[in-house]
Amino acid sequence: MLDSAFSVFSQGRNFARIVEGLWVTLEISAVSVLLSLILGLIAGLIMTAKETLGATAIRLYFELIRFTPILVLLYLFYYSLSRAWGINLDAKVVAILVFTLWGTAEMADLVRGAVTSISVHQRESGLALGLNESQINHYIVIPLAVRRLIPGVINLTTRMIKTTPYIFFINVPELIKVGQQVVELTGFKNKLASFWVYGFIFFIYFMVCFPISRYSSYLEKKWGG
Amino acid sequence: MDLFFFAQYMPMYLKAAGLTVTLAAAGIGLSVVLGLICALVRFYRLPLLRPLASIYIEFARNTPLMIQLFFLYYALPKVYLKLEGISCAIIGLAFLGGGYMAEAFRGGLEAVSRTQIEAGLSMGLTRLQLIRYVILPQAFAVAAPALAANTIFLIKETSVFSIVALADLVYVFKDLIKEGHSTENNLLLIGFYLVIILPVSLLFSLWERRLRRVGFSV
Repeated sequence: MLDSAFSVFSQGRNFARIVEGLWVTLEISAVSVLLSLILGLIAGLIMTAKETLGATAIRLYFELIRFTPILVLLYLFYYSLSRAWGINLDAKVVAILVFTLWGTAEMADLVRGAVTSISVHQRESGLALGLNESQINHYIVIPLAVRRLIPGVINLTTRMIKTTPYIFFINVPELIKVGQQVVELTGFKNKLASFWVYGFIFFIYFMVCFPISRYSSYLEKKWGG
Repeated sequence: MDLFFFAQYMPMYLKAAGLTVTLAAAGIGLSVVLGLICALVRFYRLPLLRPLASIYIEFARNTPLMIQLFFLYYALPKVYLKLEGISCAIIGLAFLGGGYMAEAFRGGLEAVSRTQIEAGLSMGLTRLQLIRYVILPQAFAVAAPALAANTIFLIKETSVFSIVALADLVYVFKDLIKEGHSTENNLLLIGFYLVIILPVSLLFSLWERRLRRVGFSV
């Protein structure tokens, strides 16, 4: 049984292709998370700054995005952009665009949560000590908010990685797509190919996400309370 | 806007929406049961079962639903048993959701104070009565927001079911792309998901408000 596993992964470039698929997955996740962090931070701060009409509009818009399945967003962008508006974007670019849109909405919500969770008496204590507004932000609000934010941000990274399989549907060669191609190539001769390949990919996802989510909960425990 | 398109393809979408709702309800229902069992196993530190529950929870939470479904649908038949697309979808969703629900319940169970449990014991409640009347109502109340978030997340996750050969909303959408009318088709797809998800979200926030009024939640 084990030699059938060996033959699947040693045949041709099968193993190398799976590694390439992993790279595509990680690349798209990393770029999307990075863009989401920057844009989400800005959007989150706008939302917490003042109760203006603009802030409410951004919030409603993000709520709508967070309620919509990501695969639906991906399809809407992928097919509508090319068919209705004649814009032809590379599938990878569409993926990063949609993941960033979603990630920004999630990040903005994390920022809002972190900032509003800082209790009023922290700010009032600062005032009582004679700190001015920018000193309060610099010494009290930002350090506290960042600590509350970081575990959620790390968590968002694993969520992003677990979201990337959706790009299978728009034919980006990420892990599962590559796995499917490998199975199609070897499955004819090797009956157990799909078991080994999908089992291996299952394990890869776990090995990537588990340490990250562990670290996130470690930080949450360390800084929590 | 072509109203004829809506009229013509509405039945297809309705049927697909019915399938999505059914699968989501079954999968989420099972995931709540599975999650509660796992959380109780860990809460009571049951030997042997506890490490198993922990390993399961980590695997469910740290892998995407799509690879879980691929494994169930394409890999498992080669070594063990063949499952229909519908069974795969429900089992896959329950597997994924069980891990998330277990974490939500863990938060709830940990929030039940020691004195509540001791008070129950001193009143002579049996272990099962204690769980039923003292621990669970409070745990559910604390876990409510997390349960709501998980439920919405799991409904959104049902959008991948076309990979196990089920004619869900996404499948119908893709099937109709060749008919043109992309605006109408887009509206139907997003509209149907929102019609499913928004009422669920609303019901949960009503439930949470009720819990707050009763004074259960912290």
